[in-house]
Amino acid sequence: MLVTILFYAFSAVLIGAALGVILARNPVHSVLFLVLCFFNAAVLWLLIEAEFLAIVMVLVYVGAVMVLFLFVVMMLDINIEKLREGFTRNAPLGIVIALIVIVELYYVLWVRRLGIEVTGGTAPLPENYSNTAEIGAVLYTEYVYPFQLAAVVLLIAIIAAIALTMRKRPGLKLQDIPHQVSVRARDRVRIVQMPTERDP
Amino acid sequence: MITLTHYLMLAGILFAIAVAGIFLNRKNVILLLMCIELMLLAVNFNFVAFSRFLGLLDGQIFVFFILTVAAAEAAIGLAILVVLFRQRQSINVEELDVMKG
Repeated sequence: MLVTILFYAFSAVLIGAALGVILARNPVHSVLFLVLCFFNAAVLWLLIEAEFLAIVMVLVYVGAVMVLFLFVVMMLDINIEKLREGFTRNAPLGIVIALIVIVELYYVLWVRRLGIEVTGGTAPLPENYSNTAEIGAVLYTEYVYPFQLAAVVLLIAIIAAIALTMRKRPGLKLQDIPHQVSVRARDRVRIVQMPTERDP
Repeated sequence: MITLTHYLMLAGILFAIAVAGIFLNRKNVILLLMCIELMLLAVNFNFVAFSRFLGLLDGQIFVFFILTVAAAEAAIGLAILVVLFRQRQSINVEELDVMKG
C-alpha cells in the first residue's frame, strides 16, 4: 500500500516536472525541471529495487550531464523571446502527436499484449540479494566486450568534445616553452668592448 | 500493487511529453537536446521495469550502456552547440541552413 502511494506521488511529480521541462519560459528553469525529473526517476527505480541504476542515475545524470547542460545554458547569451516564437502555433500539432503516441503505446500494451504477463507484481527477491553485485557479475563476464566498447565511446566523446571546442584566438599572447628553454646567453646579451671615456 | 503496466504507462506518457516538447520548442536546440534526454529516460524506464518484472538482469545492463551513450551524446551535442553559438551568435534552428562552417 505504501509502495503504491509512493509510486503515484513520485509519478505525479515526474510528469509535472516533464511538463515543466517543455513548457518553461526560461531554459535554466527547464534544466532544473529536468534535474527534478531524473531525481524522481531514480526514486521510482528504487521502488522496483534497481538500486545500482538509481544511484548511477543521480551521480552521472544529475551530477555530470545536467551540470554540463546548466553551464552551457548559462554561458550562452541567447534571446529567449525570439526562440519562443511559434510556440502556440505549434502547440496543437505537438499535442495531437503526443496523444497519437500515447494511444499507440496503450494499444500495444492492452490489445496486443505480446504474450507478456503485465498485471502481475514483482517476485520477491531472496534474502541478502545485492543488485549491484548481480549486475557486476553479469557485466564483467557476459558483457565484458560491450563494457570495454562503452569505455572507448566515452574516450572518443572526450576527445571529440575537446577537439570541437578548442580554438586559436588571434592576438593571444602565449609562452613558447621549448623556445624559452633552448635560448642561450649569447642570443640575448651582447658584450661590447669599447674604450673608457674620460670626464670632460 | 504496482504492476508492470503502471511503469509502462508512465514511460509512455513521459515519451509522449518529450515528443510534444520537440514540436513545441523546435527553434531552441538546447530544449531539443533536453527532450531527447527525456525520451531516453522513458526508454530506460521500460528497460528497468521489464528487467525487474521478468526477473532478467540484462535490461539493467542495457540501461547502463544507454546511460554511457547518452552521456557521450550530451557532451558532443553541447560541444557542437557551443561552437555553433560562437560562429553564428544564435542557436535558432531556423537560422542553421548552411553546411559551410
